[in-house]
Amino acid sequence: MPHDHHDHDHPHALLPPDPALRVKALETILTDKGLIDPAALDEIIDTYQNKIGPQNGAKVVAKMWSDPEFRAAMLSDPMPLLEEMGFYGRQGEHMVIVENTDDVHNVVVCTLCSCYPWPLLGIPPGWYKSDAYRSRVVREPRKVLQEFGVNIPEETSVRVWDSTAEIRYLVVPKRPAGTEGLDEAALEALVTRDSMVGTGLALEPAQ
Amino acid sequence: MTRPDPAFEAPWHAQVFALTVHLNETGLFDWSDWASAFGATLKQHGLARELNGGEDYFTAWLATLEQVLSEREIASPAQTAVIKNAWEQAYLSTPHGAPVVLKTAS
Repeated sequence: MPHDHHDHDHPHALLPPDPALRVKALETILTDKGLIDPAALDEIIDTYQNKIGPQNGAKVVAKMWSDPEFRAAMLSDPMPLLEEMGFYGRQGEHMVIVENTDDVHNVVVCTLCSCYPWPLLGIPPGWYKSDAYRSRVVREPRKVLQEFGVNIPEETSVRVWDSTAEIRYLVVPKRPAGTEGLDEAALEALVTRDSMVGTGLALEPAQ
Repeated sequence: MTRPDPAFEAPWHAQVFALTVHLNETGLFDWSDWASAFGATLKQHGLARELNGGEDYFTAWLATLEQVLSEREIASPAQTAVIKNAWEQAYLSTPHGAPVVLKTAS
């Protein structure tokens, strides 16, 4: 890559920021003690950077919208099906699927830290980890949802689910109107990350 | 569809995340123990100012990992500081573009 305006040369290697050096120090100590396998670290990073993300959750939601039997099974006992789909593992061992309806809108938080269903949604976004979201969505969920552009009608109750290190939640957004003819692949494209946390709605087909 | 945000904003965020997940999987600590220790750090760091869930989140994550490893007598703060300084020296004494290697202290 050209550096057209790179007007100072670095006589030595660029010094990483302080926390990066602290992480390197821990890695060195742990490697010397034989407690870590550097290849395993690379594999973990590659997985979460490139392979796992909200597209997994979107597949589940689209299938639930399309297949009533699958939907019923997911709502009662999701783990066998998730294992079958390969969406199982770290931080997704005990999933609870909560479905949005005209009567209830579900939204997920982790008030303790940032527990999140990694196998289905990947690494949580910054706002999910922020103090503002974690403390406020419990106290004033409707207001927080409004700030996300989601207005929940008075007659719909809002239920907030607090994740733990053991139990993680996936919200199934309401299927948008006008999507009757769409196949699963087309439906998947309508299912956003935020809609599966409850801070968004599924997209309309033409959106 | 728009391209999703990168999972990690900085390389060291990914490194400290992977390190922690790996240590959990090798059985060094349970994830629930990790979550409560991390929750406590977040709470403490959040006293002074509201955390935005970005860099400050992984700063708290790293502080928690250092604390856990110190408590388990795997890496003391003093030892970590020595190795960190050695890495810093290695970067400062390596010509730009050359691989940075830690000279083994003996």
